[in-house]
Amino acid sequence: MRRRNLALRFALGLMIAGLAWGQQEKSAASPKKRDPYAELTQAPEKARNRTNPLENDPDAPVAGKKLFERHCMECHGEAGTGTKRAPSLRAAQVQGSSQGTLFWILTNGVVRSGMPVWSKLPEPQRWQIVSYLKSLGAEAPAGAGATLPPR
Amino acid sequence: MRSYIKILLCAVFSCSCALFLGRPVAAQEHPYFVTYDHYLEEPGALEISANSTFGTQRDAHRYLSYWTEFEYGVTAWWTTEFYLDAQSTLHDSTIFTGYRWENRFRPLKREHWINPVLYIEFEHINGADKTLREVEGHDIEADSAGSNANARSEHKRELELKLILSSSFKGWNISENFLFVKNLTNEPWEFGYAWGISRPLALKASPKRCSFCPENFAAGVEMFGGLGDRYRFGLQETSHYLAPVLAWNHPSGFTFRASPAFGLNDNSHRFLLRWGISREFSGFRGAVRRIFGGRS
Repeated sequence: MRRRNLALRFALGLMIAGLAWGQQEKSAASPKKRDPYAELTQAPEKARNRTNPLENDPDAPVAGKKLFERHCMECHGEAGTGTKRAPSLRAAQVQGSSQGTLFWILTNGVVRSGMPVWSKLPEPQRWQIVSYLKSLGAEAPAGAGATLPPR
Repeated sequence: MRSYIKILLCAVFSCSCALFLGRPVAAQEHPYFVTYDHYLEEPGALEISANSTFGTQRDAHRYLSYWTEFEYGVTAWWTTEFYLDAQSTLHDSTIFTGYRWENRFRPLKREHWINPVLYIEFEHINGADKTLREVEGHDIEADSAGSNANARSEHKRELELKLILSSSFKGWNISENFLFVKNLTNEPWEFGYAWGISRPLALKASPKRCSFCPENFAAGVEMFGGLGDRYRFGLQETSHYLAPVLAWNHPSGFTFRASPAFGLNDNSHRFLLRWGISREFSGFRGAVRRIFGGRS
C-alpha cells in the first residue's frame, strides 16, 4: 500500500511539475516578451546558404500549398497571414529570409515556443513548402499564391 | 458486465471528442505499433486511436485485444497519452484489462543525427492484458494461456521508462527504444527493446489532391522483444518478434495502420495481426477552454 501511494505521489508530482514547466515556457514564449521571428536569425550560415533543389520545379509551390494546408494552416492561417497561435509567414522577416533559412526552421521547429519539428516530412516535401511560402510574397493579398487543381 | 460498460464509455467518450472537440487535421504518422520515434504530438492537438491485435496461441484460445489511445500535445516538447486496454478470448470472455498513462519529453530543442526522447509511463493492468505493446523481461506466449477469470486477479502496477533514439535520413526513419520496467511490488527491473525502420513510398508530394498518392503511404519493419531482468539479462527465455508495418495517412485526417508480426523463437506467439485507425484533432485545447468559458 505504501509503495502504491508513493507511485501515485510520484505520478502526481510529475504531472504538476510538467504543467508548471509548461506554463513557464508558455509565458517565456509570450509574443509580448519575445520576437516571434527571432529564431530566423539563429540559422547557421551553412543552412542559410542552402539552395532549394526544387526552385525550378513548377509543381513545387502547388504541392507545397497542399502540404501547407495539411500541416501548417491550422496555426499559421489560411494564407499564411498568422493567427493567435502562430506568426504571419508573409511578414518581411520571413519573406526576406533565404529559402535555406526557412527550410532550417521547418526542420528544427521552434520547440520552446510551440512550433513542432517538421523533419517527419521528407526533405523534398519541406522544400515544396518553402517554395509555396516564397510564392506567397510579402505584399500579396490574402488568397493569392499557388492554386491547386480541383479535386 | 462492468468491463463492457467501461469499453462502451470509452467508445462514447472517443466519439464525443471526435464530434465536438476540435477539427480533424491530416496527420503524418510513422507506421510503427511498438517502436516510438522522436516526433511528438503537435501542441494543443488530440489524437484518438483505436487499435486491435489478433493473436494465435499454442495450447490456448485465440484472442483479440484492443487499446484506445488518447494522445495530447501539451507543448512541442511534451506529449501525454492515456490508454485503456481490453481483450476478448475466444471461448472465454471479454474483459477490461487496465489503463496506462505515459509521457514523452524531448530534451533537445533542435534536430540532430540522433534525437533522444525520454519516456515515462505508469501502468495499472491485470494479468489478462494481451495487448503486447511491448515485450519486457521474460514475457513468453505461455503467460497469456490462462483463463481470463484467473489472470485478471493478478494486478500489476508498473513504472516503465524508455530511452527513445530516433534519426531521419533521406526520408528514412530509424528508431531504437530501450525499455526499463519496474513492477512496483518487490520484483527486479526488467528490460526490453524495439527498433524500427520506415520510409514513405514517395518523398515528393504530388501537386494533385489524392487519397492514394504514394506519399500518403509509409512502410517499414520493426522488431521487438525482451532482454530478461537484472538477474538473468539476455535474449534467452523471452520472446522476440519481427513485424512489417504499413500506414496510410489519408488526407481527411484518418491514419490506418496494419502489421502482421511473426514470432522469432519458440517462446513467442507464432503470429499476431495488428491494425489500427487514428484521427488527429487540432484545436482541442481551445475547444476545451471554450466549453469552460475561457477564450480559445
